[in-house]
Amino acid sequence: MDEETEKLGEELKRKVREVFGRSLAIREVDAGSCNGCEVEVNSLTNAIHDIERFGLHIVASPRHADMLLVTGPVTRNMEIPLRQTYNATPGPKMVVAMGSCAISGGIYRGSYAVLDGVDKVLPVDVYVPGCPPRPQAIIQGILVALGKMEERKGQRS
Amino acid sequence: MTVEKLRLIVEELPPELYSKVRSAKVRGNDLRLVTGIDDLASLAKHIHGAYQAPLVTMHATDDRAAEDCFKLYVILSPKGMDAFVTIIAALEPRSQRFVSLTPQINEADWYEREVQDMFGLEAIGHPDPRPLVLYDDWPQGEHPLRKDFPLDRRPPRVKGEYPFTKVEGEGVYEIPVGPVHAGVIEPGHFRFSVAGEPIINLEVRLGYVHKGIEKISESTPYWRGTHLAERISGDNSVAHSTAYCQTVEALASAEVPERAEYIRTVMLELERIYNLIGDISGIALDTAFSVGAANGYLLREKALNLNECLTGSRLLRSVNVIGGVRKDLSANDREKTLSALVRLKLEFEDLVDLMVTSTSLLDRVETTGRLSTEMAIRLNVVGPVARASGVDRDVRRDHPYAAYDRLNFLVPRGTAGDVNARTRVKIDEVRESFSLIDQALDGMPSGPIRTVVENIPAGEMAMSLVESPRGELVHWILAGKERPYRHKIRDASFCNWLAMEEAVLGNIVPDFPLINKSFNLSYSGNDL
Repeated sequence: MDEETEKLGEELKRKVREVFGRSLAIREVDAGSCNGCEVEVNSLTNAIHDIERFGLHIVASPRHADMLLVTGPVTRNMEIPLRQTYNATPGPKMVVAMGSCAISGGIYRGSYAVLDGVDKVLPVDVYVPGCPPRPQAIIQGILVALGKMEERKGQRS
Repeated sequence: MTVEKLRLIVEELPPELYSKVRSAKVRGNDLRLVTGIDDLASLAKHIHGAYQAPLVTMHATDDRAAEDCFKLYVILSPKGMDAFVTIIAALEPRSQRFVSLTPQINEADWYEREVQDMFGLEAIGHPDPRPLVLYDDWPQGEHPLRKDFPLDRRPPRVKGEYPFTKVEGEGVYEIPVGPVHAGVIEPGHFRFSVAGEPIINLEVRLGYVHKGIEKISESTPYWRGTHLAERISGDNSVAHSTAYCQTVEALASAEVPERAEYIRTVMLELERIYNLIGDISGIALDTAFSVGAANGYLLREKALNLNECLTGSRLLRSVNVIGGVRKDLSANDREKTLSALVRLKLEFEDLVDLMVTSTSLLDRVETTGRLSTEMAIRLNVVGPVARASGVDRDVRRDHPYAAYDRLNFLVPRGTAGDVNARTRVKIDEVRESFSLIDQALDGMPSGPIRTVVENIPAGEMAMSLVESPRGELVHWILAGKERPYRHKIRDASFCNWLAMEEAVLGNIVPDFPLINKSFNLSYSGNDL
């Protein structure tokens, strides 16, 4: 048991119910990370964090997703696949840029082979800092994204 | 002793090759032979064959500013010696061609394709000269590792298509997979040719996560290079940063304090533990053995928590600095580690029991994804994958670094080369890692943890090998002013990807994720 996770999780569960009715589907896209972020995304589903119990699912296809969780600085070679993934995701959708590289290109910034961050390619809703962010930070980031989604929903109705 | 053995290699050269060696020098445990570009292949082939010396790395440098030529470096590791042979050959002035080594030394394949992409040097006679790193839409004539290519140049996209190998015949069809996969893994493209269920051909197309790390390193001062090294392959942070630090320390002929060597050893083994437990859990997951997977990932989380307790980073980032380690292990840290490991060991054995007695799991892993010993040697496969196929190689024993020469451990090996053998080897390696940490904590001397490293002489070259959880990785640096002039990185995955193409043949497509997981290769470390 991780107290921080439990606390964040309860809040998350409530918010997911409010905003999405039942559950939130997340598609993770590695756009050139060093695989450190993937270690932590995978940790989200282990028995300690177990985000499924809060209504969060990491899904296999962007077509099932409400949210894209993007890691990496966006390499030149992943720009097109990333755009295609975004276009395959049905709206309304959110984009969370996870990790220092996804925010600004991080340590790879300025290289010939990267595009210096996810927001150069897609509209980003939330930035989650860290190299890599801890699982609790990712949950926190998703929570913030949900808050923004709620606002948007409020504006529409 | 080593020096004499290396000298003997020169003396034993056949006369026709001996006359082609322009200079031979021994520097530490490295024999450096300079030869002409036309004799590179025959000299390399001789040493490769006569001393059963696998290719450690092959790369180029751009020396056009000083010497008006490109140079090629071929580094081999003679069997049974803690020593290396570096063959250096300069291309003719203004020439951009060399005779391919691949027909003679099979494992040179990807190295030469990489040299072609990054330096624009043509390997004449290469059996498969397609691009490797740079993508289909990269314009011709732009080669990032040339010195006249600025780090921030981003050439426009051009039209281009990658020519995949076509398999034709009645009922043969292709399954393209990736680069965005269904699981949370890195991007890469797999092109299967199948007839019914069995795989007839697999082609792995990588390069999607190419970030230009070698080029970035050339403009990164040494002290920051450690951070970059940690981000070559994120889950092998300690292994890569240790190799980087050791290389720079070797360049400066610096002695690292003994205590720092022990702390590095502890960190390297902690990294191995969480990686290999992750691999084992992944194998349980991909055989739909959920209980095993859940238990395994729980153990991995505990290992990650221990990492954070000791270093403040779950992935053991910022542990290494050039000259030693950043933070000491206190008596309290030692106690915490020991008590966490006692529990982890017991729980790990429970997990192993659970897995090796599950018939449904064994049914999936036995005889799946076989890689024969011959093929493993032919492709120069490294790490647990090689050992599961019966290859007896481990950098920690064969080229000891950090504190490994003062510790006792076994190098587990398998024979079958299937997913089962790889799982068993990884299980045994975790056990050895537990023992290594215990020994290192016991034997750790007191004293300083860091020495000042300065005056890194420009023009010098040095290399370091480290056994990462995936196997042997290499950092090679030719020093420039305050930063590397050329930094060659070779992750274990670079050697092992081609073996995957072999291991899946004849297996059914649904077993591919399982075989892939048993190899667990890094995409980022491969693409750089």
